Amino acid sequence: MSIQTEDVLKIAHLARLGLEQDRLAGYASDLSNIMGMVEQMNQTDTTGIEPMAHPLDQVQRLRSDRVTETDQRQVLQQNAPNTEDGLFLVPRVID
Amino acid sequence: MTMYNKSLKQLSTSLQNKDISSVELSQYFLERIKQYDGELNSVITLNEEAALQAAAQADKAIQAGDAGPLTGIPLLHKDIFCTEGLRTSCGSKMLDNFIAPYNATAVDKLSQAGTIMLGKTNMDEFAMGSSNETSFYGAVKNPWGLQTVPGGSSGGSAAAIAARLAPLASGTDTGGSIRQPAAFCGITGIKPTYGSVSRYGMIAFASSLDQAGAMAKSAEDAAYMLQAMSGFDEKDSTSVNRPVADLVSGLADSIKGLTIGLPKEFFSAELDDAVRSKVDEAIDAIKSAGAQVKEISLPNINLSVPAYYVVAPAECSANLSRFDGVRFGHRCDSPKDLEDLYTRSRGEGFGEEVKRRIMMGAYVLSTGYYDAYYKKAQQVRRLIQQDFVNAFKEVDIIASATAPSTAFTVGDRTDDPVSMYLSDIFTIGVNLAGLPGMSVPCGFVNEMPVGLQLIGNYYDESRLLNVAHQYQQLTDWHTRVPTGFEQE
Repeated sequence: MSIQTEDVLKIAHLARLGLEQDRLAGYASDLSNIMGMVEQMNQTDTTGIEPMAHPLDQVQRLRSDRVTETDQRQVLQQNAPNTEDGLFLVPRVID
Repeated sequence: MTMYNKSLKQLSTSLQNKDISSVELSQYFLERIKQYDGELNSVITLNEEAALQAAAQADKAIQAGDAGPLTGIPLLHKDIFCTEGLRTSCGSKMLDNFIAPYNATAVDKLSQAGTIMLGKTNMDEFAMGSSNETSFYGAVKNPWGLQTVPGGSSGGSAAAIAARLAPLASGTDTGGSIRQPAAFCGITGIKPTYGSVSRYGMIAFASSLDQAGAMAKSAEDAAYMLQAMSGFDEKDSTSVNRPVADLVSGLADSIKGLTIGLPKEFFSAELDDAVRSKVDEAIDAIKSAGAQVKEISLPNINLSVPAYYVVAPAECSANLSRFDGVRFGHRCDSPKDLEDLYTRSRGEGFGEEVKRRIMMGAYVLSTGYYDAYYKKAQQVRRLIQQDFVNAFKEVDIIASATAPSTAFTVGDRTDDPVSMYLSDIFTIGVNLAGLPGMSVPCGFVNEMPVGLQLIGNYYDESRLLNVAHQYQQLTDWHTRVPTGFEQE
């Protein structure tokens, strides 16, 4: 699998990841090499094998629907880059 | 004996006998960190003031006769564990300014057991790396050879234990990140069965693989630490709800009659000959204690690195989407719109290896590729797990080298991600299957440590630690201290 710089730009957009222009070719080559290694998986026939999502094949644990967390907005917002009146601020989305 | 080389039990006895106070012991290791860490770079943040306060509390508990085996014992936490009020960077510029608002459960449990947190250790950025060279805070050096890497991602914890900067350190292991650095630095490290230690407050990399564990000089010390960290936690949705096994009382048991499996795929061309001969000697020592060995096969294990580099990046790309410059972490200057805020904050905050893995993950999960890569990798993952399940029908423990070589030179593999990834070929399968594994020092090649990997069946940590402890009764590799760090 050969990954081109256009593919890198597309993936980076999907991941909302800003990349330096001069690194695009490097990422394309790295990702191509990694995908080449990954494709060794195709040596093995996995028809009919149940995909394994969890190492212990556990199911999601459920809990009763009751309030367990107290309001910690102030504490949690201490790490926020920009807040006002308890809200997280971002650039204007709707003009 | 020098203070820094005392076992946990010996330190605990000294504390209980009031030969030394926890405050003095903590100061002693803080001084060692200040003296030696300049060149090692194993610690990102010191916690001096709070540590000495906690040590004073521990001394009161000891005075009151209310002390357990870990009361007053200093330790370091990998900087992936949230520590309330203290910077928790995960080795990344993204979280350089992040003060955790709460403690990870593992941190809380170890504090409740009476340990004293001296600081936070360096690591590969977001635990993505096998050499500790991807840290925003710079590479960590291996105390056995300052031109070599300590391994990763828990490289700071491993280097700190090797240089005797603390008796215990926490680590996490997603594909070998406790065991491989433990091997490279000549210390003992154990990753328990997936779900044994809570992931709450442990910054997520690949959630179906991430598992915390203990790093120490010896299996005995690691057993006490792991015992205190383990246990069900309802705050972690994948925490295993079963009683914590007693990891300590079986350490002295005889290992006579145990069967040790040697996977032929792990004793292959990838394994350095000199490393292999040290592992062979270790297996002979275990045989001399009464165990028998049997060759086994893990036919699909050669696909563990390929499957891992689909599963882990896929999970990482999802987990790291939370770093968006809005609620916490790095935010770019004067974003022109929301898209620009996300893109530049993430572009500036993440380093190169993290970006590579996010992109890998986004790629394998994108429309049209999901079945070919992600589903395929999950199928291969089951084949690998089945190989282990079948092997454990015939053997009690599996043994191999932890890594194919000793520590490599700083800078050697940074330009070639695939060669870096292959340094984990013997450890990754264990994470895919969710099994417990550990690394125990078993000798030196050209004065660099070699690690013996021991793999156990699900929830069989006590047997793993028992075999490791019995091996350490026959050998003294775990007591060796690197040149230049011996001065008291």
